[in-house]
Amino acid sequence: MLSVSHVEKSYKTGGLFSNERQEVLRKVSFECSHGECLGIIGESGSGKSTLGRLLLGIEKPDRGSVLFEGENVSDHAVRLGNISAVFQDYTSSINPFFTVEAAIMEPLLQQKKTRVDAKSKVDRLLNHVGLDSSYRKKYPHELSGGEVQRVCMARAISTEPKCIVLDESISSLDVSVQIQVLELLKTLKSIYKMSYIFITHDIQAAAYICDRVIIFRSGQIEEIVPIAKLKDVQSDYARKLLKHIITF
Amino acid sequence: MNIWLSLSKDKLAVMSLLIIVATLAAGIFAPQFAPHDPTEVNMQLKYAASSWTYLLGNDHLGRCILSRLIYGIRPSVLWVLVALAISVCIGAVIGFIAGYFRGKIDAFMMRICDVMLSFPGYVMTLAVVGILGAGLEHILIAFVVMKWAWFARVIRTAVMQYSDMDYVKFAKASGSSHLTVIVRHIVPVTFADIAVISSGSICSMILQISGLSFLGLGIQAPNAEWGMMLNEARGVMFSRPELMLAPGLAIIIVVSAFNFLSDALQAAINPQLKTAQRKLQASEVRVSSYESIRG
Repeated sequence: MLSVSHVEKSYKTGGLFSNERQEVLRKVSFECSHGECLGIIGESGSGKSTLGRLLLGIEKPDRGSVLFEGENVSDHAVRLGNISAVFQDYTSSINPFFTVEAAIMEPLLQQKKTRVDAKSKVDRLLNHVGLDSSYRKKYPHELSGGEVQRVCMARAISTEPKCIVLDESISSLDVSVQIQVLELLKTLKSIYKMSYIFITHDIQAAAYICDRVIIFRSGQIEEIVPIAKLKDVQSDYARKLLKHIITF
Repeated sequence: MNIWLSLSKDKLAVMSLLIIVATLAAGIFAPQFAPHDPTEVNMQLKYAASSWTYLLGNDHLGRCILSRLIYGIRPSVLWVLVALAISVCIGAVIGFIAGYFRGKIDAFMMRICDVMLSFPGYVMTLAVVGILGAGLEHILIAFVVMKWAWFARVIRTAVMQYSDMDYVKFAKASGSSHLTVIVRHIVPVTFADIAVISSGSICSMILQISGLSFLGLGIQAPNAEWGMMLNEARGVMFSRPELMLAPGLAIIIVVSAFNFLSDALQAAINPQLKTAQRKLQASEVRVSSYESIRG
């Protein structure tokens, strides 16, 4: 469904007339099929968030392509209603001028659906993410981090997309809330049959929810393993990474 | 409609709005409001104190100060607002494009702004007036030419600050076009900044117009203008200080009204500030720092 082939990305460093470039992604190729939850694990600075932005079509790769069902994601008509996202920072993920209702309706209104339909849907979506309809008129600064992330998830699933990119979506929450949100993600997945691309540095969270994980290191794919075989990883880096998990 | 409701609860905002509306109306309908001809000289009434026929008294040529004040609204407030609106619009368009798209467009536009900003403001104005000739409209053209770059830079910074936010990323990711993202997500949040910097520069523009009128480049002599009235009263500053009072107070009141209104507007449209109005002070500090950077 979502296929990434030979993607490369580099950023300019230095001033206006400098030609130096820093390579962030090198020859990245993988595929994510329908209903799959694909984890992307890597340290900070390994380029996984850049990869996330490329998957969402916010930025274009220098070389290679990111295709959604055979069409290029950088065309915003392709993304409309099909791809969605939940980001890390809950303080800036909802426009401070929007109420919860307006935020959730935003992607729905872009699809030119009627306002009445959208309004009745907001209640249902809020229910799905474990909030009640009294939240409709609240502003983001009146919500806690976990509540904002739930609203973001409601917003992300509102158009019933086929794929959601979760870029460190649970990393800024505390541990007890993380588990609730992970549970919620699992439930939502069973209802809507979407695929997730779960970008994280937290192997345990990835192991909990993903079907397959990509181990990512300095802009390259180190290894792709199904979660059941996570213990038998081949590469040195992946083994080292697994060894460093703090077990409770 | 929500904005009006919360504005109407703020007494200072309502008062400022009334003052601004009254000033604008008085300026537009000056011939109806002014009791006398503002250029009518009557040497017998030189420096006369206020009376029932001349409510604010008369100046050094015996002209009615109230009428001059009312006619002075036109160049001092109305035309300044027009010049301001045009330069803010140009600055906003360029600032939004540069701040939102970044990269080469940004670098190119900002270099043009740098070139514009490297000219000293008054020299630029003098050059424009020198080419086009003296007159209010030429000074206003010069104002637009020298101010837009500054607005563009400040607005670009404000836009950049918000265009990295996750909600902007989400809107882009979920398939909104660039125009929708700018209109729905970036314009409302940067509006507060734009309102504050524009209301802050109204004051300096009024004073600059008067400065240029003093040099004989702006409003020509018999016509009334607040800054020029101040200059005329300057000669008798110690013997008749009350002559400076009317134009001086007029400038202070109008400028404060604009400042208060922009602050109140900011608080009214921002839901975070509806509960606490702490940002009022912060924005004032920001204006003064902008002004001091500009010199």
